[in-house]
Amino acid sequence: MDALKLVQMANQIATFFESDPDPAAVHDGIAGHIRRFWDPRMRRALLQHIDEQAGEGCRPAVLAAIAANRENLTPAR
Amino acid sequence: MYSVKEPDAGTPERKSSEQVTLEIDGRAVTVPAGTSVMRAAADAGVRVPKLCATESLEAFGSCRLCLVQIEGRRGYPASCTTIVEPGMKVKTQSDPLAKLRRGVMEMYISDHPLDCLTCPTNGNCELQEQAGVVGLREVRYGFDGANHFKQAEKDTSNPYFDFDPAKCIACSRCVRACEEVQGTFALTLQGRGFESKIASGNTDFKSSECVSCGACVQACPTATLVEKSIVERGQPDHSVVTTCAYCGVGCSFRAEVKGSEVVRMVPNKDGHANHGHSCVKGRFAWGYATHKDRITKPMIRRSIHDPWREVSWDEAIAYAASEFKRIQAEHGRGAVGGITSSRCTNEETYLVQKLVRAAFGNNNVDTCARVCHSPTGYGLKTTLGESAGTQNFDSVEHADVIVVIGANPTDAHPVFASQMKRRLRAGARLIVIDPRGIDLVRSAHVEAAHHLQLRPGTNVAVINALAHVVVTEGLYAESFVRTRCEQPAFDKWKAFISDPRHAPEVTEEITGVPAAELRAAARLYATGGNAAIYYGLGVTEHSQGSTMVMGIANLAMVTGNIGRPGVGVNPLRGQNNVQGSCDMGSFPHELPGYRHVSDPAVRALFGAAWGVDIDSEPGLRIPNMFDAAIGGSFKGLYVQGEDIAQSDPNTQHVFAALESLECLVVQDLFINETAKFAHVFLPGSSFLEKDGTFTNAERRISRVRKVTPPLAGKADWETTLALAEALGYPMQYTHPSQIMDEIARLTPTFTGVSYARLDELGSIQWPCNDRAPGGTPVMHIDEFVRGKGKFVITEYVATQERVNRKFPLILTTGRILSQYNVGAQTRRTANNTWHDEDRLELHPHDAEQRGIKDGEWCKIVSRAGETVLRATISERMQPGVVYTTFHFPGSGANVITTENSDWATNCPEYKVTAVQVSPTTEPASKWQRRFGEFSEQQDALLPPQSDPR
Repeated sequence: MDALKLVQMANQIATFFESDPDPAAVHDGIAGHIRRFWDPRMRRALLQHIDEQAGEGCRPAVLAAIAANRENLTPAR
Repeated sequence: MYSVKEPDAGTPERKSSEQVTLEIDGRAVTVPAGTSVMRAAADAGVRVPKLCATESLEAFGSCRLCLVQIEGRRGYPASCTTIVEPGMKVKTQSDPLAKLRRGVMEMYISDHPLDCLTCPTNGNCELQEQAGVVGLREVRYGFDGANHFKQAEKDTSNPYFDFDPAKCIACSRCVRACEEVQGTFALTLQGRGFESKIASGNTDFKSSECVSCGACVQACPTATLVEKSIVERGQPDHSVVTTCAYCGVGCSFRAEVKGSEVVRMVPNKDGHANHGHSCVKGRFAWGYATHKDRITKPMIRRSIHDPWREVSWDEAIAYAASEFKRIQAEHGRGAVGGITSSRCTNEETYLVQKLVRAAFGNNNVDTCARVCHSPTGYGLKTTLGESAGTQNFDSVEHADVIVVIGANPTDAHPVFASQMKRRLRAGARLIVIDPRGIDLVRSAHVEAAHHLQLRPGTNVAVINALAHVVVTEGLYAESFVRTRCEQPAFDKWKAFISDPRHAPEVTEEITGVPAAELRAAARLYATGGNAAIYYGLGVTEHSQGSTMVMGIANLAMVTGNIGRPGVGVNPLRGQNNVQGSCDMGSFPHELPGYRHVSDPAVRALFGAAWGVDIDSEPGLRIPNMFDAAIGGSFKGLYVQGEDIAQSDPNTQHVFAALESLECLVVQDLFINETAKFAHVFLPGSSFLEKDGTFTNAERRISRVRKVTPPLAGKADWETTLALAEALGYPMQYTHPSQIMDEIARLTPTFTGVSYARLDELGSIQWPCNDRAPGGTPVMHIDEFVRGKGKFVITEYVATQERVNRKFPLILTTGRILSQYNVGAQTRRTANNTWHDEDRLELHPHDAEQRGIKDGEWCKIVSRAGETVLRATISERMQPGVVYTTFHFPGSGANVITTENSDWATNCPEYKVTAVQVSPTTEPASKWQRRFGEFSEQQDALLPPQSDPR
């Protein structure tokens, strides 16, 4: 999967949820959306990008959301 | 008129709580107040002779054939225009009446050609029938006097019907049908007395404003207006009620058949979605079903550069299955997937998603709703609790304010547009929110009170500004919000929307919509009575498509415009079964009935019924499939009835993805653009060749009935069964009704649906279950499906697709009346008469600045690619915005659209592409030349085809 495209998608998702004044809701919203709608290989590729490229290009809210929900977002296989 | 005759009560039905009892020919009859004597007579089983009256039109009282006698009244009133009164005593037969009627009929016949035996409507002509009814035996005036039938010239310009004025009796039914039913006002009755004649303006039918809906042909009592198919093939011997396979209105039709050949499609007056009306596509453009391009034999090939080889069904299915198994063995269970079609039936889409989930063992299934209304599903589920529109179409008759956002109903949903226009002519106010001056903004007897001509991509800023006005001016429905909606979410939203950054005076700079106009529109929506919102792809196909849908829901909730007739949030679905394909579990994260795959109880339910373990992980959406194919993790795809190569954005990216696949199986009527990349071609069946159901934009499930045998020997559902069996997952159905029974068993909103029930009721709007055994025309009446309505914060975020000096214009794409979607069907009909190429529409100012002339070639360049189209200069566009359609593959409209998409659903942002346009002398771009060569190569690889007819 094209990591840059995934970063762009994650950032778009973040931009929507960031309008919530509650930071916890922002992080839950971003992580929950990715968990509910992204195929495991997409999540895996995004996590790999974050690990290997230090999250380059990701909005801070994306990084925070993923850090807080890493286990839930990591595909089982 | 119908060949297979139907009763016609002569004047429209009236609804009233007051009942009137009268006596007709000694029979007592009770009818609603306001009913005509003619209709009351019909109810009493008494047939009054008539010519100018038909129940689809208001009474006109011109033919003087329906005269009756009423006790206590002088003279002979026309029964069509006389309204019933309590105790009225009516006589429909007497010597004076018979004499009068024969006298009237004598005059009609004296000016009518007596060529009945060679007339296309012989035996099915109301004039002929009524001459018999009144007992006409002679025409005392002879036929040598002044008449119309010797001089009149036939107008055959319309590709679907002829106009023969020689047979016209000037009853005005066609003129009234054009006005009352269609709302186009293309026909007039010119002249007076003997000079009276029907005219389509001062030109022929083809060049006139006529939209070929067929309403005039349907209304004509003689052979004056008659379908060419009837002229050429004669009259049908039976009819089958079925559902149109074009847009999301889902019109009911009678397919009139001679032997096994369809000779005419006539709109079903009992159709709940269309009430006897039709458009040029459903009424006339069905010839594609037997077009010579139909592929009727299965074919396979190893590589897309190899010639196709015709094989047996068994060999083709076995090859496809073996390839899918090989790919999964080599690349993993998730390396294959399927795409269901919004043009196929509910039962067929259900089977494809079942095949993917049970036989492939993953959730890699998606549908073309991905590229149109997936944001509707997300947005309405989040706010209201159900991924569907809230109303039935008839609800519009109770609307006082109609808001049309990003939709062009007169072109894309013409039959509903006619119903909407009737309501507008009756006094409802109209607000149009659209970058273009669509026809509804100003057309015959319809004019928008407000046209908010926003810049493409600024929908959310506009909807927020509307809500801001409603809230800050105290126009909101406080009681509705308090009792029906989640209070904490509302409080948060209220604080958000009240912020001055959403004031129209601030957003004007972003949206281009004058603040005063927007404020006036907001006040009208909030205070004008029942207010209903209708929206289309101009809402969803944006990077903020889902946000905008939620913004619409917010606005409807805050004004209390939800949960009763006349209001609501109404997505106008593009294709015939978009709603159904979504309902049937075609999305990669949802099982049928919009239940997430992560829910263990739902998986257990389907797992037990299907005898498999269902994957708990969401699968790939269509754009993700393309990316995964290019990335190498996705290798096999089964596509039923979709043309992703033409319809999806960034064509070059899509082509690269399709070329990457090791096995592409396409099931379709034609070698479409996607099939040019296929390894297996499985011939599809048209809607006329199978049983099933479609679900339209108002959640209405209607039967599709087999009219003719499948040309290739299998209906689409049978092909999917064969493939599933070859994959080692046999499914035991012998008829689509059994598939619907399974859907009903597993889906709470469908538990009351069955073919027997559909036959009984005609159609059913889901939810249909114990709580709503007759279906649900209006949703969310006492409470929202999710319990309390949820307000969602909808911050406006500008699209990443920005204009700059290099790409200074915004391209937006759409549809036109005569063509449908990728055009695979309509391009193979005479609808090309009106639209035989996609053109670039641009404002005169932009054209002049660039030296572009109307009709000449222009090059359109975006960040994704370039293409060349002819220019149409039009003031419908605002400066800075250009427009095209995507009905012809060679146009390359999607070569220029980008992969930008909705944040929530990946629905492509077709409506905003930054482009530059310049004049060119070259009629094709590099891509178009390559595409032309590729298409020629692929055509050469096809075996010789025989005409399927």
